[in-house]
Amino acid sequence: MSKFSDGRQPISCTVKAPVYLQIGESRAETAQSGVCVVDVALPFGKAVSIEEITFKNYYTAYITVRLLRRTSARDGPTKWCTALRDLLLMDNPHTERGSQDYYSIHRDQMLVEADHVVSVRLILKQPSSAWLAFSLEEIKIFPRMEPEPEKEVSDWLSDLILVDQHPDVEGLPDPQTVSSSIQQMWALTEVMQTNQTTASIGRFDVDGCYDIDLLSLT
Amino acid sequence: MDEGTELSLSIAQIVQRLKGSHLHSQIERQAKDCLHRPEIKLESLKEDVRSYLKTSGWEKKLQNAVYRELHLQLPPSHPTAPPEHLKEPLAYMRKAQASWEKRILKSLNSMSTELGVPLARQVGRPAAEQKELTDKWNEMGTDEPDLSRFRPVYAPKDFLEVLIGLRNPNHDSREEIGARSHWGLIQVPLNVRDIPQLRQAYSELNLNSGQLGIDDHAHVHPDLFENDYVQTGQKVVVEQDSAAAQQYSRRGCPTGLRADLWALILNSTNQQQDVMHYEQLKAGVIQHDLLVDNLIYKDVKLTASNDDYYFVFEDFLYQVLLCFSRDTGVLEHFKYNSATPPKSYLHGKVGDEDYAVVYPPNGVVPFHGFSMYVAPLCFLYNEPSKLYSVFREMYIRYFFRLHSISSSFSGIVSLCLQFERLLQTHLPQLFYHLRQIGAQPLRIAFKWMVRAFSGYLSTDQLLLLWDRILGYDSLEVVAVLAAAVFAFRAENLMEVTSLASAEAVLADLSTLKVIPLIQIFLFATAI
Repeated sequence: MSKFSDGRQPISCTVKAPVYLQIGESRAETAQSGVCVVDVALPFGKAVSIEEITFKNYYTAYITVRLLRRTSARDGPTKWCTALRDLLLMDNPHTERGSQDYYSIHRDQMLVEADHVVSVRLILKQPSSAWLAFSLEEIKIFPRMEPEPEKEVSDWLSDLILVDQHPDVEGLPDPQTVSSSIQQMWALTEVMQTNQTTASIGRFDVDGCYDIDLLSLT
Repeated sequence: MDEGTELSLSIAQIVQRLKGSHLHSQIERQAKDCLHRPEIKLESLKEDVRSYLKTSGWEKKLQNAVYRELHLQLPPSHPTAPPEHLKEPLAYMRKAQASWEKRILKSLNSMSTELGVPLARQVGRPAAEQKELTDKWNEMGTDEPDLSRFRPVYAPKDFLEVLIGLRNPNHDSREEIGARSHWGLIQVPLNVRDIPQLRQAYSELNLNSGQLGIDDHAHVHPDLFENDYVQTGQKVVVEQDSAAAQQYSRRGCPTGLRADLWALILNSTNQQQDVMHYEQLKAGVIQHDLLVDNLIYKDVKLTASNDDYYFVFEDFLYQVLLCFSRDTGVLEHFKYNSATPPKSYLHGKVGDEDYAVVYPPNGVVPFHGFSMYVAPLCFLYNEPSKLYSVFREMYIRYFFRLHSISSSFSGIVSLCLQFERLLQTHLPQLFYHLRQIGAQPLRIAFKWMVRAFSGYLSTDQLLLLWDRILGYDSLEVVAVLAAAVFAFRAENLMEVTSLASAEAVLADLSTLKVIPLIQIFLFATAI
């Protein structure tokens, strides 16, 4: 499951400063509209396939994801499309639940294929006037890992392997059964080793000594 | 995360937790022993062993153990969420809890320094004293140590002040009066349920269902409800099914079955290994003498010993609480508790992590009234190891939430907010009046909620209330009862003109019948 592989590296992208949309004509009379746009620029020249977008919420109620995709050709024209509309992050915008939680958006949840993406735009909405600020933190975009083309490895391996001749054995057990039973025994010992008890010992002292001066305040 | 992944992760976590447990080795032994039985055939070994375990009741025990793990499991979380986020997702609450803990630690440190009593004695208890304590174990109440110098580390009202001061730095709390104004003391916008939602969640308590606490009264013929209900309860106990017992408990537990039902719900066994564990803890008490022991003695003397219902259980309370503070197994619950256990280092090894220890060993510093969490259980269990086992499970599932700052649904902050919201929404005139005379309702109700009403209600009523806490796996019903009590005494409260007289109206709750109050408040309030 790619979700739990720690070997993934996020793409180094630039998260631009959030732009809060204002209502009102003159500067002096602007009011918060509760909508904010965050642009995430992907490395220049590279069109990426997105596997997952993860972030930590900070009081955003809904998020819409729009992608700027390049249509197939290398230098072809780019087009904006909506990948996800109004995903709910806080089930009640006025209260705390979900306000500081971690979320992921997987490519399977998106309405369009997240391939050849040049730029990502996150539109954040927070309709409640209860909060002073809202945004997202720790935005990370994970690219799709291409599976290794298996042909290459087996190609050069097959060059090395000579004709497999059965050795002349008589009176000896079949090597296949021997190796498979050895494998089973090895697997069993592995299982025994990993069957560590989760029960704790319960001692609170260190070698019989529990002499404490003061509690640590740090 | 999609559901399939969440499920496999949950299963993996539960398997990991049950792997090294005593139940695991017992089932293995049973499986091995059953091999010589005639019905086990070699061709269908796996299925035969499985069906044997099913018929002999071991599968049910495993189901109960899994059910218990589901109760304690952390909610499925994002893989990148750090552990402190799992304890408490909101940063400002974590901060508030940390600074509250620091205050407690400073207070404990200064008590130790001022009184000249070490937190733990250098070489443990001397042998003569150990023998004396062992002999006196069952009657520690007769001991009259000099506790006058000791005072509780904190009382609920100190904790209330901290909760009142809780603020979300991102919350716009300007003073304009509007539809969102909250008249109460708690100023954090947590999700709490209102009556329409509570009616759905607590549907078994509705006016059309029979309840223990209402329909078992003398003037109601037992054939109408009670006899059948008790029979069902007996069947549940025979089945030994935790989930069924929990569902059953929602409408109350019959007095004769309550001890077994609660033990079943909490999956608290009293087998050989539990007794041995208790003896190990007792040895820990006898070997090492801790400062918190004096705090426990003091608390029991101040609260339970002065209570008409509980003073007879004084000795039990010492036995349970002293052992509780030595139980390192309790440290597990800090994974989902927003609190952190106090840390210290052995003498002369400050800063050396190899010599870092937790103090007290279970990480829980007792406060004024802590012993009241144990006292009602003494009515149900008279064997110390069983009483201990049930209390410990109740603490790590419910009671810890009543004295730590968190955004959890059952946490004390949510309960206080829910109480105030219920009052403001459904009894606005009363709330406004009390506010005007300087008697904020939470100041009166807080002490009830922090103890889950222990010591304020008569014991049979308290046990009926705790039936519902176990049945619904939530402390919400405590907040609902607090609001219902105010609703019940609303007429008298409208007449008072000061905080002191409001407190006097609500001083004595021992005559209240809690289930009718809760039922009427939830299902008969006009919305």
